[in-house]
Amino acid sequence: MNELFRRMLFLPEQASTVAKDVDQLHYVIITTTMVAATLIFGTAAYFLIRFRRRSETEVTRKVEGTLGWEVLFVGLPLGTFLVWFFVGYHDFIRMQTPPPDAMDVYVVGKQWMWKFTYPEGPNAMGVLRVPVGKPVRLLLTSRDVIHSFYVPAFRIKQDAVPGAYTQTWFEVTKPGSYRVMCAEYCGLKHSEMWAEVLALSPEDYEAWMQEQRRGLVSRRDASPSAPEREEPYKPARQAARYDAQEPHGEVMYGERGTLAERGERVAAERGCLKCHTVDGTAHIGPTWRGLYGRRERLTTGETVVADEAYLTESMMKPQERLVEGFAPVMPTYLGELEAAEVAALVEYIKTLRGARLETIRSEGPVYEPIGGK
Amino acid sequence: MNPSAGSSQPDITYLNHETTVSSWLLTRDHKRIGVMFLVLVILALLLGGVFAMVLRIELLTPGPTIISAMTYNRMFTLHGVTMVWLFMIPAIPSAFGNFVLPIMLGAKDVAFPRLNLASVYIYVAGAGLTLFGMLWSGADTGWTFYTPYSTTSPTAVAPILLGVFVIGFSTIITGLNFITTVHTLRAPGMHWSRIPLFVWALYGTSIIQVVATPVLGMVLLLVCFERVFGVGLFDPARGGDPVLFQHMFWFYSHPAVYIMVLPAMGVITEVVCAFSRKNIFGYKMIAASTFGIAFVGFFSWGHHMFVSGQSTFGSGVFGVLSMLVAIFTAIKIFNWVATMYGGSIDLKVPLLYVLGFIFLLMFGGMTGVAVATTSLDVHWHDTYFIVAHFHYIMVGAVLMAFLAALHYWWPKMFGRVYPERWSFLAASTIIFGFIVTFLPQFLLGNLGMPRRYYQYPAELQWLNVLSTAGASLLAFGFSLIAVYLLWSLRYGEASAANPWGSKGYEWHSGSPPAPHNFTEAPRFEREVHDYTVPEAPRAY
Repeated sequence: MNELFRRMLFLPEQASTVAKDVDQLHYVIITTTMVAATLIFGTAAYFLIRFRRRSETEVTRKVEGTLGWEVLFVGLPLGTFLVWFFVGYHDFIRMQTPPPDAMDVYVVGKQWMWKFTYPEGPNAMGVLRVPVGKPVRLLLTSRDVIHSFYVPAFRIKQDAVPGAYTQTWFEVTKPGSYRVMCAEYCGLKHSEMWAEVLALSPEDYEAWMQEQRRGLVSRRDASPSAPEREEPYKPARQAARYDAQEPHGEVMYGERGTLAERGERVAAERGCLKCHTVDGTAHIGPTWRGLYGRRERLTTGETVVADEAYLTESMMKPQERLVEGFAPVMPTYLGELEAAEVAALVEYIKTLRGARLETIRSEGPVYEPIGGK
Repeated sequence: MNPSAGSSQPDITYLNHETTVSSWLLTRDHKRIGVMFLVLVILALLLGGVFAMVLRIELLTPGPTIISAMTYNRMFTLHGVTMVWLFMIPAIPSAFGNFVLPIMLGAKDVAFPRLNLASVYIYVAGAGLTLFGMLWSGADTGWTFYTPYSTTSPTAVAPILLGVFVIGFSTIITGLNFITTVHTLRAPGMHWSRIPLFVWALYGTSIIQVVATPVLGMVLLLVCFERVFGVGLFDPARGGDPVLFQHMFWFYSHPAVYIMVLPAMGVITEVVCAFSRKNIFGYKMIAASTFGIAFVGFFSWGHHMFVSGQSTFGSGVFGVLSMLVAIFTAIKIFNWVATMYGGSIDLKVPLLYVLGFIFLLMFGGMTGVAVATTSLDVHWHDTYFIVAHFHYIMVGAVLMAFLAALHYWWPKMFGRVYPERWSFLAASTIIFGFIVTFLPQFLLGNLGMPRRYYQYPAELQWLNVLSTAGASLLAFGFSLIAVYLLWSLRYGEASAANPWGSKGYEWHSGSPPAPHNFTEAPRFEREVHDYTVPEAPRAY
């Protein structure tokens, strides 16, 4: 019965403990309302035929509403709606209240990716591994604009608000991969801000966590070169070149302003400034102030001069030659930035002359589990 | 088919007593202002409709189809802004309300005729500013302008915000005018208990317009300040609170949907009575439920924010209050259906639109009760289910009522009869097309396709194709209407003074009415839409 209704209403699979309860109320409400609507509309159609105009001179009776009818018109829906509300609210409270034994995962949304951090240490981009059968509390925040963490198969959704933590929780009932989408409009690639929840059996999860704690850096999932980074749900598209459609004068704004000014706009547009500052302080990536021509030390120990070639390479293959002290978290912009934009960006970075600051290791936010544990 | 045979039409009407361009542009006649608004909102509808069509074509394939993601994001923003502020909010009150409200009350004009003219120009100025922003670079924030994206987006958000801010004044002026007119300009015999329900609906709407619109104006200005001066009210990077914007925005924008829907309901009441030849069933209940909706509408804005991080308790309160809106709406639907009981029903085009209205409002409203249920809304929030829901209830209701009013009052406004068969075909196409367009979107929402998605999972393609097919039907229906209405202006038959045999008070004047509405003082000796007493012949 449940399965029949679920398929009729095109609902996704039920992979969390609350999904089934939510869906059951869904079936009741949709069935009741559709039946009621059909009845009312049928009554109107019946009146239409039964009382159709037979001659131009017909005289109609005056029918006045009586109190009894009006009480019925108000009471019947009111009673029904209130029952639904209370059942729904009961479920809602459950969905909003994480169980006390839940494990925590910190989730940061930023344009246009999801980053997951475990209190035990490991980070992951785009893949959230959780054990089956254990409640997981997500603590969400955002680094730029409002995002919304949405897993259709779990029937959960929660906005990630910048400057605040919100929380939601779920407990997965069967192993598998579940799609995460961003549901709050957040800019250019809102529709590509996907991730996956990978539900593992408790043993597998434990093994993975152990691996994360002691394995080589290159074996960790935080490193985008790891095989786990393959995204199983790539949107169906020819190539990643969204600009192959048309020369998008949009980003370049009809060629207004100097190349450096355009570069500043591209940087804002493409979200570069979420990780790179222009004021000399190191953030998630090295600062751009004074970057051009600076001699940088790489993780491999060699040094490189940040010239046009290196800057371009860093945009296209950010993991190739990393500056020491920074995590390999930058996504590739290969096929995303067109040549004119790269040039504008490099030109903009060139204009950011200034004090030569030592690039120091960025102090990321310190995550600590919050109360109630 | 002229039940009031023997009565003559006025020779001098508001259309032919002066015909210069300046006599139109500088008119203080509420009827001409209504006609000007009608032209303007139809242009806005056309613009928004073109945007909608492009969006639907883009969504034919899961990946890029005809426009880039950037263009798509701007396009849905402009579609929303145009349709909400330039079409749906002013459509019925400013166009039809201005035209028939004073006539229904037996007045010569509205209370502030010059302000009324000003509201046209303010609307034009605001629309011009908005269009300028669209052409300059557009905005890509969605019509809700959620911060902090709207305060940091590198597009032309400010001109569009200011444009909407200016249009708000037009709305406020119209509301003030209606309230004052109802209180001060009722003809002798027009008691409070005789006021037609369309006027009651406009009165309730006007209260919302006057009370809520300033809040929107303020919050949009604050976003402009934030963008231009970096004030730091909404951007957490500057110590602001992004969710504060949502509260302020929805405090206006939720009542705004009742600004759209209440006048639509008023139109439906008039049309049901006229084509059933019946008095309205439960006059007092319908009038009271109008104010019920207006009142409760102010206290349900939080149902847009169940997952925004507001408190669980708050969500519960807002959920219950949202359900009350459905109760008041249910009362109206029951009363309309009950009005048809025992009538003499003639299924003309305006009544066909009423049936479409009841269908869409009912299914839209029922899904509204479902999304007001907190636990279910978590899955549906910001998905296509919501898009489908508000298109059914808000757009469906306004569009059906707008078209019903257009056809019902077409003879009244222009003294011409539209071709019955063509309009029946167009009405059927539009109603069917509307259902086909938005029904698949409910299912898309159930499947979990979020709103404002340029690309979507490939398995959802067939539903999107179906939706686009419905949209093409809609486009066809609208073109048909445009063609035959323009045709009828030129070649249509002259209409009788009261072609429907309606007993609404607005038919006390000629079709089209004389310059000051009446050639003899209107007499109100019966209840509105009382079909049991014979009509005395009158000179128009």
